[in-house]
Amino acid sequence: MSLKKTMMIAGTAMLFAGGAIAEDMTIVSWGGAYSASQENAYDIPYMAKNPDVNIIHDASSNEAVAKLRAMNEAGNITWDVVDVVAADGIRLCDEGLAMELDADTQLAPAPDGTPASEDFGALMVADCFIPQIVYSTTFGYRTDMVGDTPPTSVCAVFDTTAYPGKRSLEKRPINNMEWALLCDGVAKEDIYDVLETEAGQAQAFAKLDTIKSDVIWWSAGADTPQLLADGEVIMGSTYNGRLFSLIAEQNQPVAMLWDAQVYDLDGWIIPAGLSPERQKRALDYVYFATDTQRLADQAKYISYGPARKSSAPLVGKHATLGIDMAPHMPTDPENAKNVLLPNYEWWADYRDDLDAKFQAWLSK
Amino acid sequence: MSDATNNGPVLSADGMPLKRSLAKALRREKLRALMLIAPLLIFVLVTFIAPIADMLFRSVENNIVEDTLPQTVVALKKWDSKSGSVPDEPVFTALAADLKVAVEAKTHTKLGSRLNYEMTGISSLLRKTGRRVDKWDLEKDAPFKEKFVDVDKDWADPEVWAVIKVFSSKYTSGYFLNAVDLQKTPSGIEPRDEDQRIYITLFMRTIFMSLTIMFSCILLGYPIAFLLANLRPKTSNLLLILVLLPFWTSLLVRTSAWKVLLQQQGVINDILVWIGLVDDGNRLIMINNQFGTIVAMTHILLPFMILPLYSVMQTIPVTYVRAAKSLGATNWTAFWRVYFPQSVPGIGAGCILVFILSIGYYITPELVGGTKGVFISNRIAYHISSSLNWGLGAALGAILLAAVLILYWAYDKIVGIDNVKLG
Amino acid sequence: MKDANNEQGFVVFDHVQKSYDGEVLVVKDLNLSIGRGEFLTMLGPSGSGKTTCLMMLAGFETATHGDILLGGKPINNIPPHKRGIGMVFQNYALFPHMTIAENLSFPLEVRKMGKSERDQKVQRALDMVQMGSFGSRRPGQLSGGQQQRVALARALVFEPELVLMDEPLGALDKQLREHMQFEIKRISDDLGITVVYVTHDQTEALTMSDRVAVFDDGRIQQLAPPDQLYEAPENSFVAQFIGENNTMEGVVKEIKNGVALVQLDGGDLIDAKPINVSKAGDRTRVSIRPERVEYNRDRLHKDAHTLKAEVLEFIYMGDIFRTRLRVGKNEDFIVKTRNAPDQVRLKPGQQIEIGWLPEDCRALDA
Repeated sequence: MSLKKTMMIAGTAMLFAGGAIAEDMTIVSWGGAYSASQENAYDIPYMAKNPDVNIIHDASSNEAVAKLRAMNEAGNITWDVVDVVAADGIRLCDEGLAMELDADTQLAPAPDGTPASEDFGALMVADCFIPQIVYSTTFGYRTDMVGDTPPTSVCAVFDTTAYPGKRSLEKRPINNMEWALLCDGVAKEDIYDVLETEAGQAQAFAKLDTIKSDVIWWSAGADTPQLLADGEVIMGSTYNGRLFSLIAEQNQPVAMLWDAQVYDLDGWIIPAGLSPERQKRALDYVYFATDTQRLADQAKYISYGPARKSSAPLVGKHATLGIDMAPHMPTDPENAKNVLLPNYEWWADYRDDLDAKFQAWLSK
Repeated sequence: MSDATNNGPVLSADGMPLKRSLAKALRREKLRALMLIAPLLIFVLVTFIAPIADMLFRSVENNIVEDTLPQTVVALKKWDSKSGSVPDEPVFTALAADLKVAVEAKTHTKLGSRLNYEMTGISSLLRKTGRRVDKWDLEKDAPFKEKFVDVDKDWADPEVWAVIKVFSSKYTSGYFLNAVDLQKTPSGIEPRDEDQRIYITLFMRTIFMSLTIMFSCILLGYPIAFLLANLRPKTSNLLLILVLLPFWTSLLVRTSAWKVLLQQQGVINDILVWIGLVDDGNRLIMINNQFGTIVAMTHILLPFMILPLYSVMQTIPVTYVRAAKSLGATNWTAFWRVYFPQSVPGIGAGCILVFILSIGYYITPELVGGTKGVFISNRIAYHISSSLNWGLGAALGAILLAAVLILYWAYDKIVGIDNVKLG
Repeated sequence: MKDANNEQGFVVFDHVQKSYDGEVLVVKDLNLSIGRGEFLTMLGPSGSGKTTCLMMLAGFETATHGDILLGGKPINNIPPHKRGIGMVFQNYALFPHMTIAENLSFPLEVRKMGKSERDQKVQRALDMVQMGSFGSRRPGQLSGGQQQRVALARALVFEPELVLMDEPLGALDKQLREHMQFEIKRISDDLGITVVYVTHDQTEALTMSDRVAVFDDGRIQQLAPPDQLYEAPENSFVAQFIGENNTMEGVVKEIKNGVALVQLDGGDLIDAKPINVSKAGDRTRVSIRPERVEYNRDRLHKDAHTLKAEVLEFIYMGDIFRTRLRVGKNEDFIVKTRNAPDQVRLKPGQQIEIGWLPEDCRALDA
C-alpha cells in the first residue's frame, strides 16, 4: 500500500471519527471530589457540545500561583483555565498573571436576562476572577464527645472548660485571627479595624494563646476530617464540603457548626499571555461553565453553593445519595444567619506581616 | 643522543618542540574526554546549575522599583529620607507619570506586592492609586501632591517614601537581612520587631533537629549494619531487603502511618493504656511536635545511614577483631579500639547523607511537625509557593546552602573528607 | 632438633572433633601433643582441617567434642583474649589506623602496662625484627615483607609462650619467603617459644619444623620430623603430598626377609619395603623418590629386579638432571640425577633399564 493511500485512509477515518483532530485544553483544579463535581457538571456536557475540544485535567491548584508565575517567566504557559481561591485570584490579578475580563460581555447573563455582573454581585472580587462556588470554612465537632450541650457558637472553640480536648485550626493567621477577636468581644464589623492595630493583633494572639496548647494545626484540607474521624480532636475547622462528606457520606458521629463560618469563594482565572485562539477557547469554556444551570448542576455532586443568585433555586438533590442539597449549602439562609465575610484587600496588605508574626508566635 | 647534549628545546621526530607536540596530543585527548561528558555537562548546567544560579540571583535582585518608577527614583535622589518631611511636587509629578505608564502595563500592583513585603499597606495603596491615576491628565491636572494625598493619606507619610527610596537600587541586601531577622531602614540595618523574628530560631532548630536525627540514625543504624555485615550472605540479603523496604513505599504513606501509630488515639497510646502504663486521660503526645518529626524522619532516613555503614563494614576483615582479641583485648576493647575506628568512614558518609537530606526536608515536618517541629525548608516552601516572596525564599535557601557548605568544610577539617567511604 | 618428647603435653588436643553444620566433621578425632619449645607445623591441602585446629587453639572456634589443654589446663571455656597466645595472621591484620608502634603497644596497653615499659618493649621487639626505625609509620606505608616482620613482632611483644602462625608467608614472593622462613625459625629458637605453624607449603614445613603434622580429610595422616616424613611416609597420601614421587600399583606376591615382591599391574616384578601391606595378595601402591631411581646397572644389586623404560625428555636444571621416562603405561616417571662429572646424560628415545634398592621403594596402601 502506498504511503499516500495510507494517509488518505487514515485521514478519512479521522474525519468520520471526530470531524477534526481534537484540541487539548488544560484545566487546572483541586483534584478529588471537587474536580469530579466539575467534570460531571461542566466538562462532560461541554465536550459533548464541542467534540473538537479535549479537556485535560491537572490537580495543581494548591500551587497554581507559583506555577503560573514560573510559566509566565519562562514564557510558556501550558494551562488554559485555572481554578483558584479568591485570594489567589486577586494576587494573580495583581501580579499581572491573570487576564482581566468584562463580566457583562464575556460571561453569560442569567436566564431572565440579568447581566452577569449583577447576578454575581459583590462576589466579583477582582477583574480577573470569575466566581464559581461559595464555600465556608467552618467547624465540625464530634457529637459523642461534647456531652449534652452541643456547641452552638464558634466561641466554643475557645472554651476549653466546657469543651475540653484538642481542636484543629489551620496553620495560618487568616480566619483564626478573626475568630479570636470575635470571641474576645470585638464586634463583627470592627474586626479588621481592630486587627489593623498592634494592640488588636496582640489581643488576637492573646486570645489564641488561651487554647494554644490544645490546638493541632492543619495544613491540608483532609487533615481535620481525618482527625475528627480518629477522635483525635473534639472539634476542628475545615471546608464545609469536607464535613458534608464526612457526615453524609461516611456517617461519622460529627456535626457541623454553622456559626461565624468564613465565607469564601472559588472560581476561574484565565492565565495572561495565552495565544488569541487559546484565549478564545478558554473564554468559551468559562462562558459555558459559569452559566446559571451549570453552577446549579455542580451542587448535585458537592455541597458548595453556586456563586450566582439565579442558580440557587435550581439546586436539586445529591446525585447518588438523593439528599436535598439546598439545606447543606453555605448559601442557604438557614445556615447563613451569622457569617464572616473576609476582607480580601485587607489581607492582601497584611498577609505577609501577620504571617511572619503568626509563625513567630507559633514557634514560641 | 644529540637531544641530550643540545641546549635548545627537545624536538620530536617531526622537528616540532616536544613540549608543544605533547600538548597537542594531550589537547586532542582532553577534547575527546570533554565531548564524552558534554551531554551530561549540558544537562546538569541547563536543568540544575542554571535554575539554582537564577534562584540565588533573585535573593539580591531588585530591578522592579527602578523599572516601574524610573522618573520617581531619579527625583527621589534629592530628597533626604531622614528629613521627616514629604517629598516636593516634582517627585509627585514623576510618580504620576510613572504610574500612568505602569497602570497601562499593569505593573503597579506587582510593585505593590513587592513593596508590601517591606511595609504593610503599600499593596492596596498602589492598587487604589492606580485606579485613580488612570483618569488623570498629566498636562492639565498638575499639581499632583494634593491629589495623591487626597487618594490616600499614606502618600503624606514620609515612611512610605523612605521605603521606596531604600529599595530603589537594582540590588538589595534586604532579602538576606530579612532572612536573618534584620531589616533595612532609612537609618540603617536594624533588628526586626521581636514578634516577627523567626528565621534564626528556625535555622538553629533545623540544624539542631537534623543533628538529632543524624545521631538517632547512627544509634539505630550502626547495630543493624553491623549485623548485616557479619551475617551469612543469604540471611543478610534478606535483612537488607527489609532495610530497603521503606524506600519502596510512598513518603506520604509512611508519614501517615506514623500518624496512625503516634497520635493520641493511636496504636501505641492504645497499647500503653491497655497495659496500664499510661492513664487514659493522660495519653502521650508523640506527634505534631519535635518528637514526632524526629521519629518519622529517622525512620525515613535510616537506610541512608545503614547502606554506607554496611558497605564499609563489609570490607573490614574479621581478622582485625580476632587479632585484637589474640593480643589480649576484651570484646569491647577490640570493638572500640579496632573495629569502630575502621567503620568511621561509613559513619562519616552516612552522616553527611542523612544530615544534608534532613536539613532540606519539608514534607514530613509539615505533616507531623506541629508548631515546634517545622524546619526552615517549610518557610522556604511557603515563600516559594504561597507568599510568592521568591527573593526571601532564595535568600533563605542561599543561607541554608552556605550553612551546609560550612558544615562540610568543618567536617573536612575535623574528620577529613578522605575519611568518607560509600563502600 | 629438640627432643619433642622431653616436655610432652604443653599443648594437647584430646579427641577433638569439629563440625560447623552438624552434618560433616571437618576435624575428626584429633589427638596431638605438642611439647614446650617445639616448632610444630600443620601441613595439608586446603580444607584438610588444619586452620580449624589452629582457630580452636586460638579460641575463635569452639570444639564440638573433646578437650584442648594448654599447660595441662583445659581451655575450651577460656575466651581468646585470656589465653595469652600470640598469633600471626595470613594477611598480618595490622591495624591500619594505628602506627607500627601503636600496633605493638596495643597488647601491652590492654595489659595495663606503664608507658615507659611499653615503649621499651615495643622498641626491643621492633629491633628484633630489624624494624627499629619504622615505629612511626603506618602499615599501609610498608612493604609486604616489612608488614610481616611487624606482625611477628606484635605477636611476640607481650611475650606469649605459644605463638600461632596462620600461613604467615603466603603473600610474599619466593625469595622473601625463604628469607623469612629462616628469620622466623631463628627468632623462635632464640626465644624458646612454642610455635604452631599452619601452611600448605611443604618446603616451608620441612625447613622450619621440629615436627610436621600432615593433615588430610580432618585427620592427621602422619606426625613426624621432616626427614622421617620425607623418607618414610607412612601412607600413600603423605608420600604423594611431600616431595615428588613416582607411584605404581600392583599386588604383593610374597614377603620375605623384610622385602616384598610386588607384581605390578603391567606384569613386571619389583622389590619393595612393606609398610602398609602384611601378606601376599594385598593390593598396594608402591612409591619411589625420583632421586633414588638408578639406571646405572653397575650400581644396582646384582639380583635386583629392573624395569624397562624409554627416555621421553631430558631436562638440564643445573645442579640436577631431570629425566622423564615411560615405564609401562606411565609416561610421567621421573628420575633425578646429580650433575656429577661421570653422570650419563640420557637422550630422548633411548631404551634403558631402571632399578632401586628395595628399602627405597615403599609398598603403601592402595
